[in-house]
Amino acid sequence: MRFSGWRVIREGLTGNRGWGPHWRDPEPKPAYDALIIGGGGHGLATAYYLAKKHGLTNIAVLEKGHIGSGNIGRNTTIVRANYFLPGNSAFYSHSLKLWEGLEAELNYNVMHSQRGIINLFHSDGQRDAAVRRGNAMINQGDDAVLLDRAQLRAMLPYLDYDNARFPIYGGLYHARGGTARHDAVAWGYARGADRLGVDLLQNCEITGITIKDGAVKGVETTRGPIRAPKVGMVVAGRSSQVAALAGIRLPIESHVLQAFVTEGLKPCIDHVITFGMGHFYISQSDKGGLVFGGDLDFYASYASRGNLPAAEHVMEAGMALMPMIGRAKLLRSWGGIMDMSPDGSPIIDRTAVEGLFLNCGWCYGGFKAVPASGDCFAHLMATGEPKAEAAAFRLDRFRDGVGILDEEGSGSQHNLH
Amino acid sequence: MRLSCPICGVRDRREFYYQGDAVALERPAPEAGQAVWDAYLHVRDNPAGSRRELWQHEAGCGAWLVVERHSGSHAVTSVSLVHDRAEETGA
Amino acid sequence: MRIDGKGLVDRSRPVRFQFDGIGHTGFEGDTVASALLAKGVRLMGRSFKYHRPRGVLTADSAEPNALITVGRGGRQEPNVRATLQEIAPGLEARAQNAWPSLRFDAMALNDLMWPFLRAGFYYKTFMWPRGFWERLYEPIIRRAAGLGALNGDPADGRFEKAYAFCDLLVIGAGPTGLMAALTAARAGADVLLVDEDSLPGGRLNAETHLVSGVPGAGWAAAAAAELADLPNARLMTRTTVVGAYDHGTYGALERGGPDRPAETFWRIVAERVILAAGAQERMVAFADNDRPGIMTASAVRAYLNRWGVASGQRIAVFGNNDDAHRTARDLSEAGVEVAAVIDSRADATCDLADVPFHAGAVVTGTRGRLGLRQITVKTDRGIREIDADCLAVSGGWNPTVHLSCHMNARPGWRADIAAFVPTAGSVPGMVAAGACAGDFSTAACLRAGQEAAREALGDLGQHVPPAAPLPKTEDTPYRIKPLWSVPGKGRAWLDFQNDVSVKDVAQAAAENFRSVEHMKRYTTQGMATDQGKTSNVAALAVLAEVTGREIPETGTTTFRPPYTTVSVAAFGAGGQGAGFAPERRITSHGAAVARGAPMIEAGLWRRHSYFPQTQENHWRQSCDREVAYVRQAVGVCDVSTLGKIDVQGPDAAAFLDVVYSNRMSTLAPGRVRYGLMLREDGFVMDDGTAARLGPEHFLLTATTAAAGLVMRHLEFVHQAHCPRLDLRLMSVTEHWAQFAVAGPGARALLNDLLDDPVDAEAWAFMACGPVTIGGVAARLFRISFSGEHAYEIAVPARYGESLFTTLVRRAEAMGGGAYGVEALNVLRIEKGHITHAEMDGRTTASDLGLERMISGQKDCIGKTMAARPGLVAEDRGQLVGIRPAGGDVSLSAGAHLFDRGAAVGRETSRGHVTSVAFSPTLGHHIALGLVAGGRGRIGDTMRLVDHMRGVDVMVEICAPVFVDPDGSRLRG
Repeated sequence: MRFSGWRVIREGLTGNRGWGPHWRDPEPKPAYDALIIGGGGHGLATAYYLAKKHGLTNIAVLEKGHIGSGNIGRNTTIVRANYFLPGNSAFYSHSLKLWEGLEAELNYNVMHSQRGIINLFHSDGQRDAAVRRGNAMINQGDDAVLLDRAQLRAMLPYLDYDNARFPIYGGLYHARGGTARHDAVAWGYARGADRLGVDLLQNCEITGITIKDGAVKGVETTRGPIRAPKVGMVVAGRSSQVAALAGIRLPIESHVLQAFVTEGLKPCIDHVITFGMGHFYISQSDKGGLVFGGDLDFYASYASRGNLPAAEHVMEAGMALMPMIGRAKLLRSWGGIMDMSPDGSPIIDRTAVEGLFLNCGWCYGGFKAVPASGDCFAHLMATGEPKAEAAAFRLDRFRDGVGILDEEGSGSQHNLH
Repeated sequence: MRLSCPICGVRDRREFYYQGDAVALERPAPEAGQAVWDAYLHVRDNPAGSRRELWQHEAGCGAWLVVERHSGSHAVTSVSLVHDRAEETGA
Repeated sequence: MRIDGKGLVDRSRPVRFQFDGIGHTGFEGDTVASALLAKGVRLMGRSFKYHRPRGVLTADSAEPNALITVGRGGRQEPNVRATLQEIAPGLEARAQNAWPSLRFDAMALNDLMWPFLRAGFYYKTFMWPRGFWERLYEPIIRRAAGLGALNGDPADGRFEKAYAFCDLLVIGAGPTGLMAALTAARAGADVLLVDEDSLPGGRLNAETHLVSGVPGAGWAAAAAAELADLPNARLMTRTTVVGAYDHGTYGALERGGPDRPAETFWRIVAERVILAAGAQERMVAFADNDRPGIMTASAVRAYLNRWGVASGQRIAVFGNNDDAHRTARDLSEAGVEVAAVIDSRADATCDLADVPFHAGAVVTGTRGRLGLRQITVKTDRGIREIDADCLAVSGGWNPTVHLSCHMNARPGWRADIAAFVPTAGSVPGMVAAGACAGDFSTAACLRAGQEAAREALGDLGQHVPPAAPLPKTEDTPYRIKPLWSVPGKGRAWLDFQNDVSVKDVAQAAAENFRSVEHMKRYTTQGMATDQGKTSNVAALAVLAEVTGREIPETGTTTFRPPYTTVSVAAFGAGGQGAGFAPERRITSHGAAVARGAPMIEAGLWRRHSYFPQTQENHWRQSCDREVAYVRQAVGVCDVSTLGKIDVQGPDAAAFLDVVYSNRMSTLAPGRVRYGLMLREDGFVMDDGTAARLGPEHFLLTATTAAAGLVMRHLEFVHQAHCPRLDLRLMSVTEHWAQFAVAGPGARALLNDLLDDPVDAEAWAFMACGPVTIGGVAARLFRISFSGEHAYEIAVPARYGESLFTTLVRRAEAMGGGAYGVEALNVLRIEKGHITHAEMDGRTTASDLGLERMISGQKDCIGKTMAARPGLVAEDRGQLVGIRPAGGDVSLSAGAHLFDRGAAVGRETSRGHVTSVAFSPTLGHHIALGLVAGGRGRIGDTMRLVDHMRGVDVMVEICAPVFVDPDGSRLRG
């Protein structure tokens, strides 16, 4: 069924009886042409593009719980293309272009809202870094504008310009940045993939990866063994556990990142605002909740929950930046499991096992990458060769030091990002 | 979250700095080769379970600690001084 | 309607307040909800989506309907629960999410459109034409959504944070909690008892039964009084424990009052915790079960017994369990007309005389646009219409399990009470007791409280007293037959605030959103301000039913902190304004400010930017003048923010060879050496100097930005990699005030002040040693960041301001003066010295032209990884100087560099500009930059493009040292 305003009206007039499942719940087949482990945003997008662009429709997505139950449903929904290292900027630029056509592509309203992102800076040195970034974005073909304090004040009158501990010098404005409805991205890709024939196998946990003569042959699951010549691992925070089933150790440490939402409020914040000095970023959802987050709790964790020090720091940063949100009430906090790589950038690559592919290391920035990650991983799995936009995301860059992608400049060792 | 510093006693997480897997204590010889160094600096078991990791009581006595902690429950089973361990192994 | 002789409010103390512009009078002890109900006001809010008229549903913090806005200006607070907001003189409460008025709300049009606005409709439309989302659809949706409003004013009022520690934390001061706290406190444990309510007692204040022969509220007051007298017990009311965190840490929010902070966020650390949070009554879903006047039965009872308020003139009661009958009994005894008791259980009996009773009957519909007028009841004898202006509904009780689930545990289903209960061991150190664990009678609660306290005492290793006799009270068994929803036409509401009906849940299931998480997210069930407290279990039951599963198999959504909402101002108290981070001040701060110097950020430090003089109106004028001081006379600059690390011990020198890439052990006492530190990954971490003050004594400097990082790193390398080296590290950054004295006149200036003058021979470039100045022991270093003949002199911090003032005065007398970090930056760029603009975390020693600083003779941290192929590649960005090609043009930091004639794009960018200055010494702009293979491009002309600032100029690549490349000024 094609979704449209007319369909909503027609169904409304006839008792809403015509709506069917957005995706099927098929039984696993004994064999597929390719398997995607992980039914999150990246995995579902991979399946969609494998089917759509590469004609691989006899494939399945294996999900331990229900689709979209990982980080795709637990983030702060920011979509942007404001990276400056060439290996990153090309990729995120590609991703943003895919976002811009995503509703039409999927016939699903993912509410991609290009409301603009403003990265604040607080010193001359930070302004120079923002300029370097903005120039890289323009060079890449994306958009960026440097805002001075007066321009910023006109756009965001509610920031604390006069008493702030870190005075606001200006901001880097990325007009095409914005947000999207996170769950809808997972559901849209799931429905799209399902309609192309992809089997979405929920409650299907991987218990083993079958390898023979150095090549992958299939997987063992809680719903029985499944054969396939190609297997892609796209499981974010759980990457180390799944890779271990293939005897592979990864340059990944899993961390918890908390995010927060307040009760619904009438519109008061129209952009996405990031406050680097406070590791704070905020936007307002269409439903009215202020959605914001901060830095990692900064200890390894699979608990998908955090602790007070990090949470309090986020709130304090909010009060420092925009004290007008003080009377907003925090409604809910949650934690996602972040697959932190040493240099803070992702990995989309082959592994030493033939037919076994890896997509991980998204750290705390995976949401905006979903379309391009799916597209590039699908390309890699289908052709065996990396797509140009993601060619920099090599697994062995840490070993040889070639093309390390340390966007933050804090190092290419663990726990510096 | 609270940790028990062997020198200072039980303190809030805010006083501590987290470094990562205790494998960082096993620094290879300079000539050990690229693979060994890659394993030392980058590759991690990253277990969903009990871990040995390094913390520093940065806002306290400055001691570096080996903490055994569960990455699912966050339960801490032991804390010892890096200094003691390093001396025992003759590093 | 207020009932004489009922309630705990103080009738002698009337309180005036306003709701929506209309004045009302309540009594001390009233909430806005109880005071309004007493005045017959039932309409208190509008729902989120359909803007349906709503009245108060509960008498506690779970309230989904009666949300109001209070206050004005910086004290305007939206989404306040009318059920928690105590009335106070002058309180101004307003309805929200309604326009133009609460009674007539234009957005209620949505309710007529409901067939088109069902669960998830927005995922299926608003997609065409592209671009209309941001311009048309989204703005309309945003304006329609949201509840209350922030007004843009900074939050005003006192918000605080605090810590508390205890042996035993008891959460909830109902019968269970009071008994637990009494038992443990009498035994001598350090007990903290907290309760969300303003009055301890929990349900005892809302019921009529006796405890130890006195009304429950009286017993609770006596128990609270006894606790107040015990030195080892604390009772905090108006305090909600909102989160359970690791290792016995709990977050709690205390609501304040006129003489106390508006709110205080507590971090409570407890050895043991008794969760005595009670239970929450739930609704039954039937058509139009949301009209103002329809309330939980326990709330109707609470308003009657606690506040002396009849929630209606003619009240009907509908339930599926015995507890519902209590409401009818209490109302009847208070003289309120009970229109009917409707019990869905066919075998139910009712012992109330004069009350129409319908067993095996259900409410199937209601009437009354802005308030309930009539209910429709389906009995086995047919349909009846019953007039009622209030309907008290009991669908049974849900234990308040939330805190027990904050560490990811799931609650367990108990079929006998048709509810979830906490799973044992779900939060280490916490046990659930009483109603919260499914024990619903008062006697069972007292028993459970005592038992839990004795168990906790044992766990704490304290004396466990024998169980004392418990007060006598009711011990009625709880009998329930689940009834989640009443079949029929119309919309039967589950989540009142988000307007989720049984139909929406069924539709979600039909669209294959069958997982409970999918259903929640697709329908928004349970995502309102009460986080589903009043609706989740019923919605889950409906989902189980439509998908043909059992409730336990269907699962639960996750409860996450906070249990009830917490204002950002309280959770983030202290962060506002300058409080967000500590401010580190140099000793010359006051003196610099007195000279008009802007104090700018440098990490957490504030440093003097420049020292303006009266005739100057642009910072560049001041900066150029200050640069000239140093190049031509003498300048003085406070450089105390540099990290200073004292290293002492027999093995100090050997240790420094490990952490510096170059060799330090060969440094002679009395000498200083420039040093480079790498991270273990081979990239440059920091640079600085090491001064050997004695054979076993070094003083290291680190950059301002990296000082903390370097200290931590040194401790790690010492303790982890070379613990046998005998040395100690100490940060002494704050102990010493240090000033650069730079310029041709530097030695003359110092010799005016030093007790023993320095000479060229003993104090050659890179010498260091002790000196005295006015009898004060100081340290002198002949080092230079500017490239001039220069010193840095350090004195104990208490002499800093005095020395700074003296040095500046002398410098001024010599035609020089103070210089700030702007001039410092120009001087260092002229000399090609790097800072973190160049050491940006991605650069290697070789990139910075410092490859010879990595000693070939020894290992050091980072050496092995620095030799990786990717770190030694020839095409890496290398440090170069940049100057305008032709006449002077403005250069731009952050600009990218391109080959002459090349197109501007990502692929063609050859590097970027790291630092820029106007050099008054040379009379034109200069810059440093990182250019691919840059050392091989000296003399090339390149194109510099800064889209951000609109700069597009040709530049010449040159060596990175612009002034005095052979260092003769430095050494002279």
